[in-house]
Amino acid sequence: MISLAYRDVSNSFGRYLLTGIGLGLLIGVTLTMAGVFRGMVDDGKALLRYADADIWVVQQNTLGPFAEPSSLPDDIYRGILAINGIRRATNVAYLTLEVSYGNHSVRVMLEGIDAQQNLMHLTAGRPVMQSHYELVADERSGFKLGDRIPIHRHDYEVVGLTRGMRSPSGDPILFLPLKDAQEIQFLKDNDAVFRDRAQLEANPKLNPTGNPALLNAVEQSLFSNHRVNTVLVQLMPGANPRRVADDIEKWLRLTAYPKDEMEEILIGQLIATASKQIGLFLVILTIVSAAIVALTIYSMTQTKLKEIAVLKLIGTRNGLISRMILLEAIGLGLIGFLTGKLAVTYWAPLFPKHIVLLMDDTLRALLITMIICILASFAGIRAALRIPPGSAIGG
Amino acid sequence: MRLYVFRRARLLGVNIMTETKTAAVNKNTQPAILVENLSKTYGSGSSAVQALKDASMQVQPGEVVGLLGPSGSGKTTLLQCLGAIIDPSDGRITLGGDLLFENGWQYSDRRALRRDRIGFIFQRPYLIPFMDATENIAFLPMLQGKTNKQAYDRAAELLEILDITERAAARIEQLSGGEQQRVAIARALANRPPIILADEPTAPLDSHRAMSVMQLLHEMAAKSGTAIIVVTHDENIIPVFKRLYRLRDGVLHEEKGEGKPFDDLED
Repeated sequence: MISLAYRDVSNSFGRYLLTGIGLGLLIGVTLTMAGVFRGMVDDGKALLRYADADIWVVQQNTLGPFAEPSSLPDDIYRGILAINGIRRATNVAYLTLEVSYGNHSVRVMLEGIDAQQNLMHLTAGRPVMQSHYELVADERSGFKLGDRIPIHRHDYEVVGLTRGMRSPSGDPILFLPLKDAQEIQFLKDNDAVFRDRAQLEANPKLNPTGNPALLNAVEQSLFSNHRVNTVLVQLMPGANPRRVADDIEKWLRLTAYPKDEMEEILIGQLIATASKQIGLFLVILTIVSAAIVALTIYSMTQTKLKEIAVLKLIGTRNGLISRMILLEAIGLGLIGFLTGKLAVTYWAPLFPKHIVLLMDDTLRALLITMIICILASFAGIRAALRIPPGSAIGG
Repeated sequence: MRLYVFRRARLLGVNIMTETKTAAVNKNTQPAILVENLSKTYGSGSSAVQALKDASMQVQPGEVVGLLGPSGSGKTTLLQCLGAIIDPSDGRITLGGDLLFENGWQYSDRRALRRDRIGFIFQRPYLIPFMDATENIAFLPMLQGKTNKQAYDRAAELLEILDITERAAARIEQLSGGEQQRVAIARALANRPPIILADEPTAPLDSHRAMSVMQLLHEMAAKSGTAIIVVTHDENIIPVFKRLYRLRDGVLHEEKGEGKPFDDLED
């Protein structure tokens, strides 16, 4: 028996293929949008993943350090270590800024770390080993090993590269010694220091006659920085994160978030509006794509109604006609899906933000595409079966 | 034209001069088509339109009759009733002695009935554009359950009879109008139906081609005993019919045709 679908497609393969590719590009855009959405969520989780902390300790009554500012004295970790169940407590400082290098300017998040305790995976180079002026950069920043990056008053040498380290906003992270990060975060320019110093000297309470040590002490306090944004806590095996967090809050009058609560802050609050926006756009795009795919398949059948009437008139069974429409719709869906998948694979790296293409999403897209194609073919089949064979007669 | 006619006749094994004798022999058998008091009414109540009124006709095996009438006279309705496409309102249709319609269809599978016993030729060829010439013909025997070989052999046979063997593998859009119409005729004959309903088969053709199609239909009828009803408006081909039916406002009248030989018309 002649395969009607195969013959029909062979007869106008170019047009069929182009239609499939057109639908594929649309499916590709939808997959990309899903990738953007997943990327945002993944960016939010990336920091939690590599920080590997069981509890995040921040300034009391804040959602810090990302959703709200948080400032802690950098010696508070000693008090935290005294609480039962805690294995390690590490100071961390974060700040986001624009960094320029040659013609290259990129928005990055600086993370001040304790170099001794940092065990991140490097793709090239070595970890930060000196106390100052070295950094490890995420590859997405575009920096290379040996680059000397000017940040405020100093140049920092890129000694290592890492991958997948992003802020909740998707910016690449530069890791540098904690002291450097603190300095960058709070260091004032020379003119500001000069003005502040003049103001202090003019204040008789801070600069009393005969006691120059007081002024020195005040200046030292004002122009040095001993604050961090958060303390990352790792627990002893078997310790209950919520209970330890409660102890930290109770005894140190700080706020402590176990990892799952911090994830809720990052995903549920920090990127909630943006992800909802993208999510809604994704839903609309999926509906529009579905409508276009369905209409294309339906129209494909509509253009063949006369031939279908003739087929019915000469005695072709409904099953053969239905199979032709169904197979063509499935074929179109498969071409569209493969084109879309191929397209998104190639164009995703061109996007400045992180795009995550999950296998689950891909399979879901394939399933949705197939369901849409099959449903659309049902509409086409219905139209085909309703056309009276007599309509082939009489012009 | 004369060469073409004799070539066709040779392939068909038909002597043009004995066509009348062949038809006469077939007249001894039961009518291929017997229509008695057939009526068809569209709509109901005050908006009812009676398209056919007590139409009766009879066509013998191997006979080609013309069906004439102005637009809207009921020709297509009659053809659709005979083709088991629409339901008559009343009357009786018998094909080859088998009662087809009386107070409803006597066959549950009318699609199979059309496939096996009725050939259709349309005003335009209405070939399936995604099949080549051979496949358009072979598809019908395949629908009937014939093997691919049987179906393609039958298609090849008909392509040769219709003198389009060299166009066997051509796509439909590569065929001329005349070639397409001949493929359509071959398709109508593919399952050796006892009757063929032709709805203005010569309308899109020039007079020369129209005459060769008519001659072909006559040859087919003579060779295979197929009864053919040809709906036409073409004044040039009306003289070839020995018997005509004319429809006017749903009423069918039988008329005697001229039955002119094709050679005379060609001259």
